[in-house]
Order: sequence, then C-alpha cells, then structure tokens
Amino acid sequence: MDFEAVIGLEVHAELATTAKIFCGCSTKYGAGPNTQTCPVCLGLPGTLPVLNEKVVEYCIRAGLALNCRIAGYSKLDRKNYFYPDLPKAYQISQYDLPLCRDGFLPLASGKTIRITRIHIEEDAGKLIHSAEEERYSLVDYNRTGVPLIEIVTAPDLATPEEAVEFLEKLRRILMYLGISDCKMEEGSLRCDANISLKPAGTPQLGTKTELKNINSFKALGRALAYEIERQSELLMEGKAVKQETRKWEEAKQRTLPLRSKEETQDYRYFPDPDLVPIELDPAYVAEIAASLPELPEAKKRRLIEEYHLPEYDADLITGSKHLADFFEAVLKHYFSPKAASNWIMGELLRLMGEAGLTPEDLTVNPAHLGDLLRRIDQGEISVSQGKNVFERVFRTGASPEEIIEAEGIRQISDEAWLRTVVAQVLKDNPQSVGDYLGGKTKAAQFLTGQVMRVTKGQANPQVIKVLLAQELAKVRKKTEETAGLARENKDL
Amino acid sequence: MELCDLTLHEIKDLFVKKEVLPSMVLASVVRRIREVEESLGAYLALDLEAAFAAAQAADGRIKEGKALGVLDGIPVAIKDNLCQAGKETTCASRILQGFVPPYTATAVQKLLDQGALILGRTNMDEFAMGSSTENSAVKPTRNPWDPRWVPGGSSGGSAVAVAAGEAIAALGSDTGGSIRQPAAFCGVTGLKPTYGLVSRYGLVAFASSFDQIGPITKDAEDCALLLSAIAGFDPLDSTSVQGEAVDYTKDLERELTGRTLGLPREYFGEGLDDEVRRIIMAAVAQLEELGARIVELSLKLTEYALPVYYLISSAEASSNLARYDGIRYGRAVAGREDLATYYTRTRSEGFGPEVKRRIMLGTYALSAGYYEAYYQKAQQVRTLICREFEEAFRAVDAIVTPTSPTLPFRAGERLTDPLAMYLSDVCTVPVNIAGLPALSVPCGFAQGAPVGMQIIGRPFAEAAILQIAHQYQKVTAFHRARPYGAGRGGQDGL
Repeated sequence: MDFEAVIGLEVHAELATTAKIFCGCSTKYGAGPNTQTCPVCLGLPGTLPVLNEKVVEYCIRAGLALNCRIAGYSKLDRKNYFYPDLPKAYQISQYDLPLCRDGFLPLASGKTIRITRIHIEEDAGKLIHSAEEERYSLVDYNRTGVPLIEIVTAPDLATPEEAVEFLEKLRRILMYLGISDCKMEEGSLRCDANISLKPAGTPQLGTKTELKNINSFKALGRALAYEIERQSELLMEGKAVKQETRKWEEAKQRTLPLRSKEETQDYRYFPDPDLVPIELDPAYVAEIAASLPELPEAKKRRLIEEYHLPEYDADLITGSKHLADFFEAVLKHYFSPKAASNWIMGELLRLMGEAGLTPEDLTVNPAHLGDLLRRIDQGEISVSQGKNVFERVFRTGASPEEIIEAEGIRQISDEAWLRTVVAQVLKDNPQSVGDYLGGKTKAAQFLTGQVMRVTKGQANPQVIKVLLAQELAKVRKKTEETAGLARENKDL
Repeated sequence: MELCDLTLHEIKDLFVKKEVLPSMVLASVVRRIREVEESLGAYLALDLEAAFAAAQAADGRIKEGKALGVLDGIPVAIKDNLCQAGKETTCASRILQGFVPPYTATAVQKLLDQGALILGRTNMDEFAMGSSTENSAVKPTRNPWDPRWVPGGSSGGSAVAVAAGEAIAALGSDTGGSIRQPAAFCGVTGLKPTYGLVSRYGLVAFASSFDQIGPITKDAEDCALLLSAIAGFDPLDSTSVQGEAVDYTKDLERELTGRTLGLPREYFGEGLDDEVRRIIMAAVAQLEELGARIVELSLKLTEYALPVYYLISSAEASSNLARYDGIRYGRAVAGREDLATYYTRTRSEGFGPEVKRRIMLGTYALSAGYYEAYYQKAQQVRTLICREFEEAFRAVDAIVTPTSPTLPFRAGERLTDPLAMYLSDVCTVPVNIAGLPALSVPCGFAQGAPVGMQIIGRPFAEAAILQIAHQYQKVTAFHRARPYGAGRGGQDGL
C-alpha cells in the first residue's frame, strides 16, 4: 500500500529585541550564567510582568509577512507546569486568542502552506545536567523571559523536502524582517514536527507523532524521512502507530519515544491576571505594514526583472537580505549586475566560507567590489589580478586602489612592447614552439606562463592570447615557407 | 491620652506646631508595643532599630519645618506580604522562611519616600488566605478588645497594631475583605481601593485580579492621607491605572446633602446578626440625619459572589503559589531525591492546610474538563456581578452594608469549619469581584465588640466614600474608642 505523509510544523523563533519580554534584562546570547536576570524574570514573589511592546510589534511583522489576520484583541495566558527551568512554574504564552491567525506561505511549486497561528510567549531557562554519577543540575536563567514567537502551520506539508523548503523560506522571511537571528545552532530557531501517514488518496488522517530535538534543516529532513519509514513499516505490518512525542537522535539518526499521549500534561491555561489584554489600533497595524521591508520572494522577482539575473543567481543572492543589499550596493557604484553576481556567488561566498562568516558578518565595502569590477572591465587589471586584490580587500578592508598602488599591480596591454616579449619568449623556447607546431596545443599555455613570468604577471592575458596566436602563426608560416623552399630546392 | 493613641492627622498637626517630635511618638508606640505585643501578637517582626534611626532624621526635618510629606516621622506597620528590600518577607508561611527580597513594594517605597517610620511586619493569615489571622504559620493574633476573639483577617496584625496603638497607621491587603473585615472587628477604619489604584508591585500575590493594598487607620481622614500617599500609576504594574495624583482629603468636609445611599436587601437578610443589623440601621439613620437620601435596592447576584470568588481567587492562587518549590529561595527540605518527590515534600511541609485547600480547589477549577464548568462559568458570573453594581450605581452614589454579618467570633471557633469561615467574607467579597472601592468604619459596639459599616463606592470614587465616612465620624465617636489607655470604654460615647 502507498502512504502519504501529513506534516505540520511548530516553529519557535527567538525575537531579536534588546530587552526581554516582561522586564528590562538583556537578551544577548552567550553571557555568563545568570548575569542577565532580575527579580521579575526570576519570578520572585511580588514582582509583576510588564509587556515589552517591541515583542508585539515584531510578532505583527511576522504575521503580516506571512499573510495573517492580526487580532484586534488578544490576551496573554498562563501555561502551568512545574520544572526547575521555569521559575514562576508557569510560562506566559497565548492560548485561545493569538496575535496572528490564518496566514499562508507559498512554496516554489506554487503549493500554499497555511499558517494556523502565530503567538508570543516567553522562553524558559536552560538546565545543564552533570554527569550521571554527580547527580546535580545547574540552571541558567539568562534565557528566561527571552521573547519567542511560535508559528504553527496546518498539516499541509506532504514530504520532508517540502518541510525543509518551508522552514528555509520561513527563516529567510524572519531574517529579512530583522526580528530574529534564526540561528538553529544557538537555538534561536527551533522546530518541532507533527507527522502521520494515511493511505494515498484517502482523506482520513492517521495517528501522528510529534518530533522534537530537531537542530538543523538537515535533521528536519532526516527525522521526517526516518519517521515516514518507521510509521509505514508499522502500518504495513498491520500495527498501530502510537500517538507520542519522539526525540530525534542526531548521533544515531533515529527517533526515540520521549513521552506517550497518556503522559501529556494538563497545562491549566487561564488568562494571566497580571497583564492586560492587547488591544490593537488598526492604524498601528497599518503603520507596521507600511514599514515592512521588501520580502525575499519579491526581491528575487525584482532582481530577475530589473537586472536580468538568472533565477539561480537571484535565489542565491536573496538567500540573505545582507547579501542582496550588498549586491545592490555594489551596483550603485558600478553597474554590471551579472559580474557583481558572479563575484558575490564565487569569490565572496568562497572567502566567507573559508573564514566561517555568515552574510550578517559581512564587512566588505560594496564600493570596493564595484571599483574592482570597473578596473577589470577597463582592462586596468586582469581577472586573476582582481581575484588577488579582492582577497586582500576582504581580509584587510583596504580599498582596491590602495592595494593596487602599494603592490604595483597593473596590467600591461601595450601591444608593441608585449609583442617583443612574446617574440623573445618564442625565440627562447624553440622546443615548446616546436611542440606546439607539432600539434601539442598545450604548449601554448606554457608559453603564456613564460610571458607572464617575464612581465611579472602584469601582462593582459587577453592581449597575450591574441599576440601569441599571431606570433605562432607567423612562426608556422615561416617554417612552412622554409620547408617549401627546401622542397623546392630538393626538387630543383 | 498617649501619643500612640492619636490619629495620624493629630500627630501631623502637633509636628507642624513643633509640640511633638517623631522620636517622641515612636517612643510612645514602642512603649505600647512592649506592654501589649506579647498578648496580642500583632507583629511577626519588629524593625525598631531602623525606626529609631529614621525617627532621628525625621526629628531634624520636623524641627526645621521641612517635612518630606504628611507621613514624615509617622510610625507605620506593614503587612508581611509587602516586600521591603533586605527585610525577611514570609506571608506568615513556612515556605517563605528566610526569603529576603532585594526590592521594595511600590506602596512601601512611597511611605519611605515620605519619611514614614516602618515599625515592622504584621501577622496575617498565611498568604492572606483566611478571615481570622489564625492561619498564620507563626502564631495567632488576638483581638485587643477581648483576646478571646479573633481580630479578623487576613490583615489582622495590621488592624490590631493600629487599634492597640502599636502603630499610628498600617498597610494591609484586601483580596476578599482582608482589610475591611479585620478593621471592623478591631474598631478601626480600613479602605480597599479600586482595583488598579494602588500598585501591586511588591505585594506577594494571592489572587492577582482581586488583590489591592490599602490603608488601615484610626479614622477616615487618616485613611485619606495614607491613600493619597500610596495611590498612583506605577509602570511596574500593568494593571495599575493611569491618572493624576489625587488628594483624597479635599472632599472630606463636604456635606452629605444630596448624596444618595443604597441599602442592598440581600446584605440584610438571613445570616445577619441581629445586633449587627440594629447597629448598622442606627448608623444609616445617622447618615440620613446628615442629609443623605437612603434608598433600598437589590443586588440579586449577591448569593453567587462567594462561589465566584472562591473559584477564581483559588484558581489564580494555585498558579501564583506554584513558584514556591524551595529551589531558589525560601524553605527547602533536606536531602536529595528526584524532582517530583522534592517538590511534593517541600510543598507539603511548607504550606498550611488552608493554603493547600485553596491550591487544590483552584487546580481543580482550572483542570481540563472542569475549566468551563467552574473557572469560566465563574468569570461569566463575575461579569454579571460587575454589571449589576454598575446598574445600581446609576441610582445611588454609594452602597451601605454591614462589613461582617457577625460580631468577632471566638478564636478556634471556625477553624474546623472552612465554610463558616468563608461566610465571614460574604459582604466584602462582591466588592473585590467588581474591583470597587470600599471602606469599613466603626459604627457601634455590641457585647463590647466593635461593629463595622461598609461603604462601597463607584470605581475610583474613593474621595466620595471617604467623605461619607468622615462626615459620619464627625458626629460619632466610635472611631475614637481605644481598647487601651484613656480612650478605653469609648464605646459608650454617643
């Protein structure tokens, strides 16, 4: 029997506000344990939460970008459960009246994935467990009260690939909005997946499992693929899938049961009496809507139309807002879209990859790349010289002009002079010339290299190519004439 | 009369005339504390060293005529659920033993800013749950008029301290009557402000949508002074209300002519003690004589107030008190075990029976399958009760009822009968449900015990109910009766 997967995602994104959701503590990642806490986020008796308005604004931004309806009236609720990482023993979240509902996000195929809801909530602290035999756990409350949005999709995804594509698109949008770092490895983007199987072509849903501990895009695809495999094996054997929460085990590339449905907690949600309902003025929402940046999909379309970039280039460059902004900034200095795109996708991404940088860390001055492209186009330096110069621009931040000046880099295109150099090289390397004329075209490369050596790499390779061809042709002609004469002489 | 038996405004006038200095008042109060505290048990902790130091500084300011405010140099007691930086705050619970907050409640800070001398922390029912102060995990507090009686609760310690001259004024908190009922039982004036008027920041939460901090004083004028000092918007409390600072003394001297007061039938029916009824009706007659028009009215939903209150307040409490797990602060049980056992032991040993009862009740009311029938239904009825009051206030300026349906009961009498104890709040609870302001003023004595009259106002009409109380007190002397000193026996006055 053939099965179809039914997949829904619950995505948590940490919001990039400077302060926590209910107090003024910093949200900065990586500070010493418990250094970013106060009586409010520690939930000390008598303290009260005060909602950070930025959190509401950021959530609305996400909602608008994902085509949601923004609730004019929403509220915050308490989700009650005991755990040492939760100092109030309840998490302030949103239950039945989330800020955003009924949105959607289209995939490349044109298929639309519905967004059920987006709500705001506070993060919990972090437990650090000792080795088994030491039997203690440490708790860091720095993360307690860091604002999150939870984005819940309808079960519209049918394959692991669709799920990964959705998550990548979503991440791209959240980053464009500037509301989250979306770093899966730092936990600022987290994803749980619900998955069930049903016989192909039937409407009735199967029993679902919830997958947790998915820490990368790759893990999402693999965990879902594993689960499809596991569930279909069970169903083929006529066994039932258990409704449960399962944990993705990265090391062993498998999912394991975490807790069963019977163990699910009753969170006893109720409206938090310490906070007042969120009532939104439509004008305020409209103001936020007007301030939204161009989103990835729109930007991609525009790059294709405006600069005639290939789809591939546009997709890669709009993968990050920083990269796309950089691209357009380069064009402001020197308008050569395809060249700029090639250099960004080639040299820039290579150098960033080697340095372990993300587009957010990009510090190269776009004017420098523009300037470099102009110099290459004008023949002032060669492409290969340009690559060397760009590497130095990338590492030092110096301008191409400074580097070219300091290192005396220039390109010699003076044909008359280069012709004498080429002639001299041919004269000095009769063996190679002979090889070339004998049909070993590779020898031309050696000869080019010799010219570059003599000119200290400054010769214009284009010019060399032409001159070398001309000079070799002359030699060939001469040789042939000589040979002809010899033949004639012989005949005589 | 001893200085400690004077009102805040009397002392303030003496300060202005420089006839008396703060340290003299403090000395008198401390003398009284030495005399009576052992038998009354109003305080959980005294902080006299700090009070004396503050009094010395206040003396200097009073001498120079540079008082920080009307409270400068006034000895004040605060309930043990109000946080003060560096002072152990326990809510009279074992589970908070050793908890020293690093912050000060906004209301307490306002007292400190005005130069008030904080005497110490008063006894209460554990986490403010109770109507007799017998639920304190530390000790019971006795009624100064007769130690066999309870002082009411949960702000029993604050009410007793003021009544007995162990403080000039005090702060309490009122979730279902916890200021007004002990004020009535102890013969003092106590006011629960409109929800949102006084910041709750630093008040250890019992039921967040009901809790309010308020003054307990010797008369309405003192109440107005203390309320003026603590009221106002606080950015640290989202439920505190924006608004200009109000001087609640400014309307006190206006006459009652033209005011319409309503008597809700349901508050005068079954369960009301005959002597209490007689005394309240006499007080009402007095108000009529002062020019107020008295009308009868009906608040039909009154009978639902107690169940609504106990469902919602317990639900909120079950969540508010969940944080006491012994891990970060407060009392922790010894020994290492698994987490669930640790939680269970800490909470089993740390909470008293009444607190446990409410946590269980509230947890139940919020549980899946019961939420709609209990918590949600109660919230719906809450809305109806609010509307019923709104409706009533179209016809009247204030509503007058008994504060408690009975006289102070005997210690131990209702401890084994939680429902009888809950009935003590039957007249006060509806006010918290609707978030209205209300105060209790002494209006007579029966069998030597004080009786309190409750005056309920429209939202933020504290000035109006204080005016009614003050006009009443201008022609009566029940509020001047004192259980100790020269005022003793004052119940016979008038």
